[in-house]
Amino acid sequence: MKDIREDIAWAKINQDVLKSLENPRKLFWIILFVAIAMVGVAVGCEIYQYQVGLGVGNFDNPHMWGLYIATFIFWIGMSHSGTLLSAILHLMHADWRKPIYRFAEAMTTFSLMTAGLFVAVHLGRVWQIYYALPYPNGRQVWPNFQSPLLWDAMAIFTYLSSSILFLYVGMIPDLAICRDNMRDCWRKKFYTVLSLGWEGTDRQWRNFRVTYLTIACFLIPLAVSVHSIVASDFAMSQQPGWHITSFPPYFVAGALYSGCAAIITLFIILRYVFKFEEYMTLPILKKTVRLTFAIAMVWTYLNFIEYASVWYGHNQVAKDLLIQKATGPYAPFWWAMNFLGSVVPFIMFFKRFQTNIPVLMVVSLLLNLGMWLERWMIVAPTFSHGYYPWTWDHSQWPSFVQWGIVFGSFGWFTMLFMVFCKVFPSVSMYEVKEMVYHRSRETKKLGAVEGAH
Amino acid sequence: MSKRHLLALFSDFDEAEKVVRELRAVSIKGFDSGKDMIVKSPIEHPEVEEFLGEKPVHVQWFTLVGALTGGSLAFLLIAASQGNFFAQLKGGKPIVPFPPDFVLTYEMFILGGVYISVLGFLICAGLPARRSPLYSAKVSEDQIGVLVQSEEAASATLKAIFTKHGALEIQEETGK
Repeated sequence: MKDIREDIAWAKINQDVLKSLENPRKLFWIILFVAIAMVGVAVGCEIYQYQVGLGVGNFDNPHMWGLYIATFIFWIGMSHSGTLLSAILHLMHADWRKPIYRFAEAMTTFSLMTAGLFVAVHLGRVWQIYYALPYPNGRQVWPNFQSPLLWDAMAIFTYLSSSILFLYVGMIPDLAICRDNMRDCWRKKFYTVLSLGWEGTDRQWRNFRVTYLTIACFLIPLAVSVHSIVASDFAMSQQPGWHITSFPPYFVAGALYSGCAAIITLFIILRYVFKFEEYMTLPILKKTVRLTFAIAMVWTYLNFIEYASVWYGHNQVAKDLLIQKATGPYAPFWWAMNFLGSVVPFIMFFKRFQTNIPVLMVVSLLLNLGMWLERWMIVAPTFSHGYYPWTWDHSQWPSFVQWGIVFGSFGWFTMLFMVFCKVFPSVSMYEVKEMVYHRSRETKKLGAVEGAH
Repeated sequence: MSKRHLLALFSDFDEAEKVVRELRAVSIKGFDSGKDMIVKSPIEHPEVEEFLGEKPVHVQWFTLVGALTGGSLAFLLIAASQGNFFAQLKGGKPIVPFPPDFVLTYEMFILGGVYISVLGFLICAGLPARRSPLYSAKVSEDQIGVLVQSEEAASATLKAIFTKHGALEIQEETGK
């Protein structure tokens, strides 16, 4: 089966994608409404926590990070697949990325925006977030430039702003299409400003190609560094369960894994909601699923490496913690994480499920649940069972305030993402045209060669 | 002498290519194919460069300058902050430790590279720009446009070439 039909008229590609900006299915509004309601829950919880203090989240000593930092890592991880896969597949000339990379890049941007909120929320005193920022000591604040937490702030800022620029630059030709096809309304003015007067001249395309490629080259090492730095937040400490050499690649693999699973979920939703069946095709879904399966196996391998290095290492407390994870109060979640992360992906191994949309929807959601549990299982057990027995606290459980804010973050992400897809073309029109053009030319060439024989 | 703009629209690249090759080959008084011709297309098309002739791209120089400036600036700011704090006892550790400072230097190297590349793109591509004298929305849909600027005397010849190669539409406007 072909990734995309080669006989789709270019004008039809414009029409279909532009229609998505004005005429989605009803499910769009339902999703948006539910997402806004979820955000409302989080806002309520945050106001309560802001006024009363972090204690309402059931934070205590030693449980200082809880769900907020676990969810922060989850969202940072989720952000990885979008830009990273878009950039890698762009460099590899894998043109099947073209219909799906735009929404994947948007996913990156909004995941990072969601992750950033958790840094502020977790502080409790949100107005003191500037202590986390790496600026020179003009105000006698003396930031500690040797702290991974400070690197993290800089890395996330760099990744967020670069991802936004990558998304925006890649969208300029499509914004010009929107400008040319909108009737006079706010949208026309909006797209006119954002498209910067793009006309598709040879000079513009020439510079566009080099710039897009350059940013893609920067983003690949950047994305790897961002999650390695997040891993350093843990690995550079002396805490049992965190001080592990394989943490950076383990985090990067986990990030790619959850991001790919999220791409599958959003692929299925957008395909239905915006009637993109012609562009987000089953063969492209199949390729994404296979890629996700491969990354799942890498993650599984690194997960076992982590267990093995603790098990065969000489740190008895870290080994005790591993046993505590498997048998203590966190055991159901730890086993669920391993099952969801390492066993469930085998469903994607079978060809018949690689294009089965209902099955893939459920599987992708389960994989992300597994990846969220992974982050929680990294953060919470270490706090509950550290080096000193008098600091052990195995009975702490996050309060409804923490759960409410975590729940709302999914609504926040969904709300931003759905609004983006309604305002901006979520399928890249010019790149789908390129894909159709090049494939039809290849087919013609092949036909000519076969005819000559 | 007043200049005249002509925009011819073609249904595919092959036709546009033939026109451009002919315009580059023939010598028309009042028309310089190197300066006065722009090809507009709905997709990025590497073949356009082939038939238009190689033209330089300078974005990568902006990238180099941006990345080096970003990295240097980061290291200088961090090292200056740390050096400024030398009164604090460091227990024999370096005042400016290179390995941890490398991380932020690396991040700023990328940040500078990306920001200045985008700035370079805007400058080199001439964006933001006003609409050119002739523009057709068909160019962002499925047609290839060849926009030429010439002296009035040359426009009849140019039109004849466009028509010969099956232009779908020819738009004309007097420029400055």
